[in-house]
Amino acid sequence: MDRYPAFGGHKEAVKEALVDRLRAAGEAGTPVRFAGAGTKLRWGAPVEGAEVLRLEAREIHEHNAGDLTAVVDAGLPLHELQETLAQEGQMLALDPPLGDEARATIGGIVATSDSGPLRHRYGSARDLVVGMTIALSDGTVAQSGGKVIKNVAGYDLSKLFTGSYGTLGAILKLSLRLHPLSPENATAVGRSPDPAALAAAALELSHARIELQSLDARWEAGAGIVLARFGGTRASAPAEDAAETMKSHGLQTELSADDAEWWGDQREAQRSDSSVVVRISGVQNQLGAVLEAGRHLGARVVGRAGLGLSWITLPNGDHAAGTVQDLRRTFAPSPCVVLDAPDSVRAAVDVWGERDAGAVTLGKRVKERFDPADICAPGLMEGQ
Amino acid sequence: MDGGLVTAPATGEGVDIDALAADMRSICGPEHTLTHHDQLRTYESDGLLQYAALPGVVVLPSTGEEVRRCVEACHRAGAPFVARGAGSGLSGGAMPVEGGALIALTRLRRILEVDLLNQRVVCEPGVTNIAISEAVGPSHFYPPDPSSQIVCSIGGNVAENSGGAHCFKYGFTTNYVTGLEVVLADGQMVQLGGKGLDIPGLDLVGAFVGSEGTLGVATKITVRVVPSPETTRTLVAFFDSTFEAGDVVSAVVSEGIVAGAMEMMDNLSIRAAEAATGAGFPQDAGAALVVELDGSETECEARFDQVVAMCEKGGAWKVRVAQDEAERALIWKTRKAAFAAMGRIAPNYYVQDSVIPRTRMAEVLRRIEELAQEYDLQVANVFHAGDGNLHPLVCYDGAVEGEPERAEELAGLIVKACVDAGGSITGEHGVGVDKKRYMPSMFKEEDLATFQRLRCAFDPDGLANPGKVMPTPRLCGEVPGPYREHPLEAAGIAERM
Repeated sequence: MDRYPAFGGHKEAVKEALVDRLRAAGEAGTPVRFAGAGTKLRWGAPVEGAEVLRLEAREIHEHNAGDLTAVVDAGLPLHELQETLAQEGQMLALDPPLGDEARATIGGIVATSDSGPLRHRYGSARDLVVGMTIALSDGTVAQSGGKVIKNVAGYDLSKLFTGSYGTLGAILKLSLRLHPLSPENATAVGRSPDPAALAAAALELSHARIELQSLDARWEAGAGIVLARFGGTRASAPAEDAAETMKSHGLQTELSADDAEWWGDQREAQRSDSSVVVRISGVQNQLGAVLEAGRHLGARVVGRAGLGLSWITLPNGDHAAGTVQDLRRTFAPSPCVVLDAPDSVRAAVDVWGERDAGAVTLGKRVKERFDPADICAPGLMEGQ
Repeated sequence: MDGGLVTAPATGEGVDIDALAADMRSICGPEHTLTHHDQLRTYESDGLLQYAALPGVVVLPSTGEEVRRCVEACHRAGAPFVARGAGSGLSGGAMPVEGGALIALTRLRRILEVDLLNQRVVCEPGVTNIAISEAVGPSHFYPPDPSSQIVCSIGGNVAENSGGAHCFKYGFTTNYVTGLEVVLADGQMVQLGGKGLDIPGLDLVGAFVGSEGTLGVATKITVRVVPSPETTRTLVAFFDSTFEAGDVVSAVVSEGIVAGAMEMMDNLSIRAAEAATGAGFPQDAGAALVVELDGSETECEARFDQVVAMCEKGGAWKVRVAQDEAERALIWKTRKAAFAAMGRIAPNYYVQDSVIPRTRMAEVLRRIEELAQEYDLQVANVFHAGDGNLHPLVCYDGAVEGEPERAEELAGLIVKACVDAGGSITGEHGVGVDKKRYMPSMFKEEDLATFQRLRCAFDPDGLANPGKVMPTPRLCGEVPGPYREHPLEAAGIAERM
């Protein structure tokens, strides 16, 4: 299955070569983009005529198991890293879509700040990257942070570059914080055709004094579920309690110890190769309204219930651009960002939506300083 | 980056401070604008008393808009300014610029919104760290917990990216701040982030947190709070040496146990803290290891028994398990009292904040011991063992000739030993003025120049807390574009080379 074709053909782009090509592009003033596997290259505002520089280096430089840290090249596929870490009972707590198919790379995940269900417990890329080596369009190669999980020396450029979509420069190497793999997992699943009941159950669980790994909701084809996952050495006990909470909201429940497929489905439903996916950066209490919108629109919804994040996959049709605008009106001031979308929709809407003018201006000032030649994904972060 | 640089002293020299003070009086009122020498002296240092400078004017605004107008007045006058919260910082980050403006945020202490349903609190920077947990408790809490949490302000926490004992499991200030209202150094106010996550655009909130007051002044802060754990179990185990205790820490971590906190004190700090709190810590113990587990009851119980067994197996000759909340509070009070109590051991001390990879702990602790002997000074150790954040306290007597210099030299060698082991010069206190000289041991010139790009994007005129973080003063070259007069030029303080 090759739904997100990677950009191929350029095998020469090893790290040093990438720095040279980036510098050359900076001098020539020709636009470039950076890619790992290229699974998210279409996100953001369109960038015309950019040369794609691939992050080919994919080495694990260090795995310091006793310190729960690793140092890796940005081009390393997440799945390869996880396999190595698992041998020591550890993981990088990032589980975005396409991460378990030998596809999405650490660098690409970090550059787009893509995330999955584990974010509930462990945070996102910004919370797990403790150091970074970056390359800028004037040939500068610099490092921020370090190799230890606690460190406040110097500016936190790792956060600035995480989610910057390659608009400031390239991420070459990352220093990562790791976590132990959970010895057991158990998931409580609750079903209901009533968006309000699902949201009420999820909200109660998100405020409960329990230690959840993940807390998701899903709406698809007229019915929904809430999923609550627990880890540790006694995972089934809190999962049973969570199922009781779900029952009290009228949900039909089941328990699953072999729960990987449920969560794989949740991740997969954050992406689409043919439809429009809108990510809503809302608050927890909006979940009911988001699920209701899903029901009303006949759309698929993945809700990260404790975080206020939702991904809505709109049904195919001629009205997608208008629907995006409707969602923005309904959920304002929560940003509704278009991620996956056909070109026709991309051309018809501002993928980012309205933003704070002061923050946008300051963001441009930052880009001017890091990429004065304005060749790194120019325009990608800008609206129309 | 050499062309078009502006040279300016990192002082308020040349600023018409009387005119600036008059501006401040009209903005905040005469009673909140201080210019008398005795009043100014109150603000000459933060929690790190080794460094002091007398500001030209201290102003205490009461709203974000007053802060904005004060900063705008500084910009007009070409005056460097420093924002200050509770003044409890330990790196000299809030030390004033000599003759410049100091903006004290203690009057901005309102909690503006408790949105418990969405697990967010919006507050002003002068609110204390503990007040946030109090506002959402007991069902929820705000995890980053510096030892100074009853006095330190959330604005200061944002500036320093403060940590605390529970950060090994829960993360640091930066992991909990979702939104900021910031006054930039030119007096412009911007909204960064909000209550939601993944707000489109660059993560400027992430860049701002921990920037030590050099990118602007936060006037409104939105933080995430989380449900309180169902159960908390706390123990303190006593060992003959920090090496033994350190091995237990490693064993706990390799077992995949994520403790809420793992804290260690050596004999010197045990003695000092015990004298302060009378908690019953044995005076002859070589090390005290505090381990706290929290989470679901079933999980916690099972893991806690494991930790007790590990301590016993690892050579603990006494394991004291807190039987109730009062006993737990006493253990923590003793741990958190260690810094302040050090006054009982020595007239003066340097607090350090270096971090090492935890697996190198024994080796680095041995090196510190050797160095202390060589310099004939006492070094106490009280630290966050889970994440390798050491707080060596180099004790000395300032009245003895040559001792302060010797202590400083020793402190520098300890920092070097930590960096050589793959660590950092600071884990939670910040660089400030105190550790900027060590920055080149961690970062090469190209790294520092890249940091400066961020600084220049936010504050091209270098007015916000100058002289901190960076080892040598540097100013911003112009970005390509039309020439713009630097306010220091306009004020006649500096000229273009």
